[in-house]
Amino acid sequence: MGKYIYRTVLQIVPVLFIISLIVFILVHVTGDPVNLMLPDTATPEEREILTAALGLDQPLYIQYGLYMKNLLSGDFGTSFRYNESALPIVLERLPASFELAGAAMLIAVVLAVPLGILSAVKRNSLLDLILSSISVLGKAMPNFWVGIMLILLFSVSLGMLPVSGRGTLQHLVLPAITLGTGVSVEMMRLIRSSMLEILGQDYIRTARSKGLWETVVINKHALRNALIPVVTITALQLTNLVSGALVTETVFAWPGMGQLLVQAVYTHDMAIVQAAVFVIALMVIFVNLASDIVYGLLDPRIKYR
Amino acid sequence: MSVSAETSSPAALAVAPQASPRKQERLKRGLRKLVRSKTGLIGAVLLLLIVGVALFAPWIAPHSPGKTNVSVKLLPPMWMSEGTAMYPLGTDNLGRDLLSRLVYGSRVSLIVGLCSVALSGLIGLVLGLLSGFYGGWIDHLIMRVVDAFLAIPTILFMLLIMSILGPGLGTLIFVIGITGWVSYARMVRSEVLSIRERDYVRSSRAVGARNLRILFVHILPNVFSSFIVISTLNVAGVIISEASLSFMGLGIQPPDVSWGGMLSEGRQYLATSWWVATFPGIAITITVLAIIFLGDWLRDTLDPKLK
Repeated sequence: MGKYIYRTVLQIVPVLFIISLIVFILVHVTGDPVNLMLPDTATPEEREILTAALGLDQPLYIQYGLYMKNLLSGDFGTSFRYNESALPIVLERLPASFELAGAAMLIAVVLAVPLGILSAVKRNSLLDLILSSISVLGKAMPNFWVGIMLILLFSVSLGMLPVSGRGTLQHLVLPAITLGTGVSVEMMRLIRSSMLEILGQDYIRTARSKGLWETVVINKHALRNALIPVVTITALQLTNLVSGALVTETVFAWPGMGQLLVQAVYTHDMAIVQAAVFVIALMVIFVNLASDIVYGLLDPRIKYR
Repeated sequence: MSVSAETSSPAALAVAPQASPRKQERLKRGLRKLVRSKTGLIGAVLLLLIVGVALFAPWIAPHSPGKTNVSVKLLPPMWMSEGTAMYPLGTDNLGRDLLSRLVYGSRVSLIVGLCSVALSGLIGLVLGLLSGFYGGWIDHLIMRVVDAFLAIPTILFMLLIMSILGPGLGTLIFVIGITGWVSYARMVRSEVLSIRERDYVRSSRAVGARNLRILFVHILPNVFSSFIVISTLNVAGVIISEASLSFMGLGIQPPDVSWGGMLSEGRQYLATSWWVATFPGIAITITVLAIIFLGDWLRDTLDPKLK
């Protein structure tokens, strides 16, 4: 098991390296970092000082070394909008983002897992048809528009919930439902198809031909095996969750990292953009890593691969 | 990997798997299936309609999309008591006709959808071919980049590039295109890997066909159907991405009209005028739904193994 974890952890090193390289190329080769990091009102002296400070008069490989050194020490530069180091500003937004993402993921899992399994077990039934139609429709509706329609219904018409912001539990309801249902649509479809695959396996046929009750076949033989794909599928939805969160936070003015990142892109605040991109990317990578390890724990066949 | 015989032979032509009557037969069968598959037909008809609207926007739109008239601002749709037939779907906060703006907005969605998918398709095709055909360190390098793209949400790359280049139609097409190639590269690579070892490719190589010929005669036609299916379904995703980015103020900039931008403007008037933010969302949903229906039908017809 230790060896399996070690190997899984090692796999993310090249990925991290390539991501850092892509960001370096984007920022240093396609654009002028000095222009990007300073506001338009900066004087030529300020530009010169920053050029020297960033080592931009050095050859490219030295620049890359410098960039990696700063990256590893968590130094993404100073945000000109907040006039502070970028990383703490980004980390300050973590709790809000975690709160929204956690609540949304909970809603997604609670909706998608039972419904996905149910529509696989009752394949081609009316329920399956209705659920598949909802999932296609959910895929076609932009998530942020669903959020706006929820605001229209629950905040504007019924006056039950606040329109935007963060604070009480009521503030969390609409953003979490918007994001959660958006994620659950894809998740339900994946769980349905992996459950169908399990139901077609030989051991299910054996269990049925032994004359076991259908409930026993489903609960004991199928569901336990479905647990493994559920873990993987949930982890896979993380990418959807992050992209959904960016837009959802904008719709509901939720003070998370997504909102900060979008505003920073809007104002060309490169230090914040880079810091937020790296923090989000790292979190996604580590959650995926954790799910790989859980996957190995759940399925004894994996670690002997 | 090197070509063993230098002389080219007509036999290479004979082993190429192509027959045009069979293709016609397949097309006919596909069309018959389209009529039978209700959702496929609905999708195709809807999409034709939307493309028609986008192409003939100046003739269809009752007003100019940018013409403001504050005396009729935030007018409700015609079926409500204060609405008028002059503005069938009502007006926005500057008195612009919503229907006309929806009609013109379809252009942005379709242009971004098609151009971005073409760009990512091209990048993915080239990288997938290089990776599968040449193998070795090129393959390793490209696959590690693919891993990196799969490991983190592509929207982060999009925002990063956007913060450097600034918003706009060109940037939008570029960022969505350049971040969407991964699915193509993986599909093309795996197809190439399996086709490369098939008997007809080996015999073609044995009689002296060069790499380029093998690429164009044997590999590309085989990749084509998967390529079309993935592209169609990707257009749906791209239209939603475009709308999201425009909604966040990072995509299409006013005075250009986009459905995402209209939604963002409408969000501010939710309390009084529900229609401004409702209709653009319906337009996006119908368009994406049509493309998904068409794409699903294409997949069932052209490439059932993708399902």
